[in-house]
Amino acid sequence: MERRLASKLGDEVRTMLPTPMAAQAVLDREYLEVRAKVLELAATFDRLERGGGVPIVDGRLKLVRQGLKVLLDETSDRAEQVQLIFSRPYDDDWQKGFGMAPPAAEKSEEE
Amino acid sequence: MYYFDPHIHMVSRTTDDYEMLAKMGCVGMSEPAFWAGFDRGSVDSFRDYFRQLTDFERRRAAQYGLKHYTWLCINAKEAENVNLSRDVIAMIPEFLDQPTVLGIGEIGLNKNTRNEAIIFLEHVDLAVRYEQSILIHTPHLEDKFQGTMMILDMLCDDSRLDRNRVLVDHVEEHTVRHVLEEGFWAGVTLYPVSKCTPQRAADMIEMYGPERLLVNSAGDWGPSKPTAVPDFIIEMRRRGYPESLIRRVVYENPIEFFSQSRNFQAPDTVEETIRT
Repeated sequence: MERRLASKLGDEVRTMLPTPMAAQAVLDREYLEVRAKVLELAATFDRLERGGGVPIVDGRLKLVRQGLKVLLDETSDRAEQVQLIFSRPYDDDWQKGFGMAPPAAEKSEEE
Repeated sequence: MYYFDPHIHMVSRTTDDYEMLAKMGCVGMSEPAFWAGFDRGSVDSFRDYFRQLTDFERRRAAQYGLKHYTWLCINAKEAENVNLSRDVIAMIPEFLDQPTVLGIGEIGLNKNTRNEAIIFLEHVDLAVRYEQSILIHTPHLEDKFQGTMMILDMLCDDSRLDRNRVLVDHVEEHTVRHVLEEGFWAGVTLYPVSKCTPQRAADMIEMYGPERLLVNSAGDWGPSKPTAVPDFIIEMRRRGYPESLIRRVVYENPIEFFSQSRNFQAPDTVEETIRT
C-alpha cells in the first residue's frame, strides 16, 4: 500500500502562498491570548491536583504532557504533531484486517 | 464580501439564521444530509428528510434571497446499520433530479468500522454510476487521522473517480496535506472544540495556498456558529491579505467546485455583474 508521507505539493503551489505576518506582529497581536491559554492550562492542572490527581491508568494526561512538550520544540509543524499525538494510529494494512481487499489487489490475486 | 457556505445544516437552524446570513453577505449554501441526533428507524424517515432538504429548505432560504443546495446519503453514524443503509442508497436516485441536488454526501466514516467502510464504498459506487459529485465527512478528534487515511485509501483505489469532483471535509493540520496531495478538494470546518478555528484555517491557507481549499461553518444543532465564514474573512483581513485572496477562498472556490454539478447555478451577485 502506497504511503502518502512525502510531500507532493509542487513548487508552483509554494509560489502561490500568501506572505505570513512577521513574527513580531503575531506576538504583539496574540500575546495576551496566549498568556490566557497558558493560565487556563495551569489552572486545570491545579484543579486536577486539588482533586487528588488522576490515576496513572488514564492515559489522557500522558497525551496532554506529550502535547505540551511539542510546544517547546524548535519545529514549524507543532500543530500537526500535536494532532497526531491525540490521534488513533493508522495501519495501512487495515483493508486486509477488514477482509476488504482493494480492487487492484483482488485482480492481481486472480491473475 | 459575498460568500458561499459549502457546508451548513440549515434544517437545525431557525429562520433568524437565514436572515442573519443574508445580512452578512452569504449568497447561498450547500447542505449535506447528516445525522439527526438520533438513529432514524426506516427508509421512509430518510425519504421525508430528503423531501425536507430538497423542497422545504430551498423555499425557506429563498425567502431571504439565498440559494440552498443539498446532498443526499445515509450518514456515517447510521451506516453501521447495513440493511437500512442499503435501502436508503437504493432510494436516493428518486431525488437526484431534484433541482437543488448537488451530489452524494456527506458520506464518510465515524468510528472507522468495517460496516461504515462498506457503506462508504457503496455510496461512492452510486455516485460514480449516476455521475455525481461527492462530499465527504472525516471523523472527529482522535478518529480523524486514521479515518481520513482510510477514506483516501478507498478513494484512490477507485480509478473511475474524478478527484476534482470530490470534496473531503473537516480537514485539519494533520490531514489537509494528504487530501490536497491526492488531488481532492479540502474543506476546513470552523467549529468550536472538535474542529478548527478561523485562525488555524488562515494558517492552512498560508501553508498550502488557496488552491482547492474551502472553508465552512458546518452550523448544526450543536454548539456552532453559522457566521463562522465571516469570522474567517475578518481574520484574513486582520493579517493583511488582499480581498482577491479572501474572495477566492470563500466565494470563487465553492462556485468552481459546485459548478461541476449539473443542478448548480452560480448566484447572480453584483460583483459578478460588474465583472462581466
